[in-house]
Amino acid sequence: MGGHVRKFIENAGWPRIIIGLFLLSLYAAAPFVNVRVLTSLSDTLVRVGMNGVLVLAMVPMVQSGCGLNFGLPLGIIAGLLGATTSVQFEARGLAGFGFAILVAVPIAAALGFAYAQILNRVKGEEMMIATYVGFSSVAVMCMAWLLLPFDSPVMIWGYGGTGLRTTISTEGFWRHVLSDFAAFGLDGGAFYFPTGMFLFFFMMLFLVWAFFRTKTGTAITAVGSNPEFARASGIDVNRMRTISVMLSTVLGALGILVYDQSFGFIQLYMGPLYMAFPAVAAILLGGASVNKATMVNVVVGTFLFQGILTMTPSVINSLLQSDMSEVIRIIVSNGMILYALTRKTQVKR
Amino acid sequence: MAQLEPLLTMESVGKEFFGNRVLSDVTFSLGRGEILGLVGENGAGKSTLMNILFGMPVISGTGGFEGKIFFDGREARFSSPFDAIDAGIGMVHQEFSLLPGFTVTENILLNRESTKYNLLVEVFGDRLRTLDRKDMRRRAEAAVSAVGFSIDPDTLASEMPVGHKQFTEIAREIDRSHTKLLVLDEPTAVLAESEAEMLVQSLRGLSKKGISIIFISHRLQEIIDLCDKIVVLRDGSIVKETRPAETDIFQIANLMVGRNVESAAERRRSMASTDVALDVDKLWVDMPGETVRDATFSVQKGEIFGIGGLAGQGKLGIANGIMGLFAAGGSVSVKGRKMRLNDPAASLASDMAFVSEDRRGVGLLLDESIDWNIAFTAMQVHDKFVKKLLGGLVKWRDDAAMQAAAEEYIKILDIKCTSHRQRAVELSGGNQQKVCLAKAFVVSPEILFVSEPTRGIDVGAKRLVLDTLKRVNEELGTTIIITSSELEELRSLCDRIAIVDSGRISGIRPATDPAPEFGLLMMGGELPETGSDIDAKGGDA
Ligand SMILES: Nc1ncnc2c1ncn2[C@@H]1O[C@H](COP(=O)(O)OP(=O)(O)OP(=O)(O)O)[C@@H](O)[C@H]1O
Ligand SMILES: [Mg+2]
Repeated sequence: MGGHVRKFIENAGWPRIIIGLFLLSLYAAAPFVNVRVLTSLSDTLVRVGMNGVLVLAMVPMVQSGCGLNFGLPLGIIAGLLGATTSVQFEARGLAGFGFAILVAVPIAAALGFAYAQILNRVKGEEMMIATYVGFSSVAVMCMAWLLLPFDSPVMIWGYGGTGLRTTISTEGFWRHVLSDFAAFGLDGGAFYFPTGMFLFFFMMLFLVWAFFRTKTGTAITAVGSNPEFARASGIDVNRMRTISVMLSTVLGALGILVYDQSFGFIQLYMGPLYMAFPAVAAILLGGASVNKATMVNVVVGTFLFQGILTMTPSVINSLLQSDMSEVIRIIVSNGMILYALTRKTQVKR
Repeated sequence: MAQLEPLLTMESVGKEFFGNRVLSDVTFSLGRGEILGLVGENGAGKSTLMNILFGMPVISGTGGFEGKIFFDGREARFSSPFDAIDAGIGMVHQEFSLLPGFTVTENILLNRESTKYNLLVEVFGDRLRTLDRKDMRRRAEAAVSAVGFSIDPDTLASEMPVGHKQFTEIAREIDRSHTKLLVLDEPTAVLAESEAEMLVQSLRGLSKKGISIIFISHRLQEIIDLCDKIVVLRDGSIVKETRPAETDIFQIANLMVGRNVESAAERRRSMASTDVALDVDKLWVDMPGETVRDATFSVQKGEIFGIGGLAGQGKLGIANGIMGLFAAGGSVSVKGRKMRLNDPAASLASDMAFVSEDRRGVGLLLDESIDWNIAFTAMQVHDKFVKKLLGGLVKWRDDAAMQAAAEEYIKILDIKCTSHRQRAVELSGGNQQKVCLAKAFVVSPEILFVSEPTRGIDVGAKRLVLDTLKRVNEELGTTIIITSSELEELRSLCDRIAIVDSGRISGIRPATDPAPEFGLLMMGGELPETGSDIDAKGGDA
């Protein structure tokens, strides 16, 4: 019995157990401060579905030894280009969402390829350079959003006539097309489960998992473990790294599309700037290290991170009878990011 | 040597890794100026015991240890290697721990640099004292010559041959003025016999100065020659504590293994045919510390070909160059076809495989399991352990086949592990070596390069490894090219042996030629001056 408990703790790792218990205690406390558990749970699940694929976008680069993908904004930009293009062409519904994906993926692949060439030149310092790439691509796009020849009236500034707005609604185009697919509610709408979004998330998880079970996926993992070993086994190390970076970037693009359809808005300009940090924090909380990450790390990490992010503000808010939710959210999320970044965890298999 | 109070005493020391007991009830003591030889099979727990003594983080990170250690009159439970160093213990680990981009001097004096006063010190304190390069150089030279060898103190660690690295590490430990106990974990595994002899000499000198030494080695003759006291470990317990005068190699070997160790295998019958398997012409290889300048030789199909020579002369560079791991030029033909150099994939595609001497650097995926390590190369190069799905579109990893292969080699090579899922980093040095060999065997290549095949392998397993090489050669007709610093090993196994000196082949002789012949070639064909010197001294002692 004691052995089982110890084994469980060893497998899960202390940080996850502590955070998990904290989350559990928040749910336990919720009814006493008039927060509906069912609603909170539903909020958490929606956020998990929204952010899951963005967190998954960390995995390929981590596995190939390129470190955490702080350049996630690059993939997000590709996704946003897909999103705005599909709105421009007034593509609606599931087909519209599919169209956005069709546009976003090749752009993401091309950007990812270029990004990989940069990362292959700075081996050992990937994460710092990735952060720069992310930030500068956002800066470049701030200009591009103004200059690109979009002219759909729902997207451009009302007065000037050119340039895209900072926030574009997907209402009437493909808002909730994934989320509402086969979705169901309970308890008169207090609980809502975005089935379609989860189906998509799990499909992505499955595809990435399967990819890392193939010969190429195995080679990428070996490159991340020991590039010299891989080279001596005839592997083209740079090529494997390139594949992983492209994959991460494409997942970033898909991730933001899922996020936007659920959120209901496309956020341009500075929107993508800080998107990498919560995703990084989530996967680290999930137990990944800088060169090993699994699907379990993704799911567990996203759930813990988003769970705390939804629960803490609402519980504390009701407790203090004031509206500080935004402040608390910022404190909690950055606190968790800091905590996760200072933690170097050993992955367990 | 009667001692009032021993320098080191271990009392019932034990250790478990996640429920896997590797040491139990280890009790012994060591006097000042005494040399203790610690022997035991691969995985017996020697390195673990020394890691406990030295306060290595792997020990505290895996649940600490049992028992008590007394050092220099006080109970010692070091929480980090720095505490151990402060207390006066120096340790040279089984795997190298030099900083590659630093010179010999810097490595030896790291954190103990000679410094000079300058004005900034007044403001910012001692951290800003200027390095006294001249004095550092002098100290490094002194430390290096104290271990009885000479090397330019400005050489970068990354450019040194393994043997020189070993000497540098030992010099580093000796420079610490207050070292009372020196722990050497297999310091001679990568040295040629003459170099090892040199080291043994200098260790004797140290012990005369009152420094105690714990010496771990699989070369039992060294242990008998050097040590005052011998402790034999088997499966984590001491089975015998003895003195060299009361024992001999065979007794120790039998105690270690717990059964009778057969003496060296008889010579095999040659499999060499007249077909040329490998033809090397004017090969040069730019491998730091092991530069090959001009090597020309050819190897017959089915032959076992040896490459020997002193450390740093280039013997290791040949295989590394042919396998594409270091920049190389000249011409290499495999079975008459010219092969592209500087491309590991091309070399592997020509049905060759390589067991590297650098097992941690290129030999292993330390963070992956044994089955991954064994199967990976064969999977990537020859599509073994792959299931084709969707009409060959998807190459799916066949975990079951990988596990079967790993289990097979765990049995054949007697790899000591908890299961095929254990990570390579958790294996003992000798067992890691066996994994490297298994990795090459599963490829079933036509030409197999093996560098230092028995490095760190115990007496019992050595036979196993050499026999396996022989069997592969006889049953599959594999051409084998062995690079080794142990001449005797080469002579017992090979058909012909090439000796490399100054990056050139100084001669190729049948293995049956007398040993002094090879010794002569190693010294570039001249009379071995320093070599005979040492022999004479060794004879006296
Ligand atoms: N970090 C670790 N985690 C789990 N098991 C370990 C770890 N380190 C060592 N072991 C196990 O402890 C046992 C003893 O290993 P150790 O390295 O002490 O052997 P050794 O006597 O030095 O052998 P060798 O002669 O091969 O170097 C081995 O079975 C090994 O698998
Ligand atoms: Mg060892």
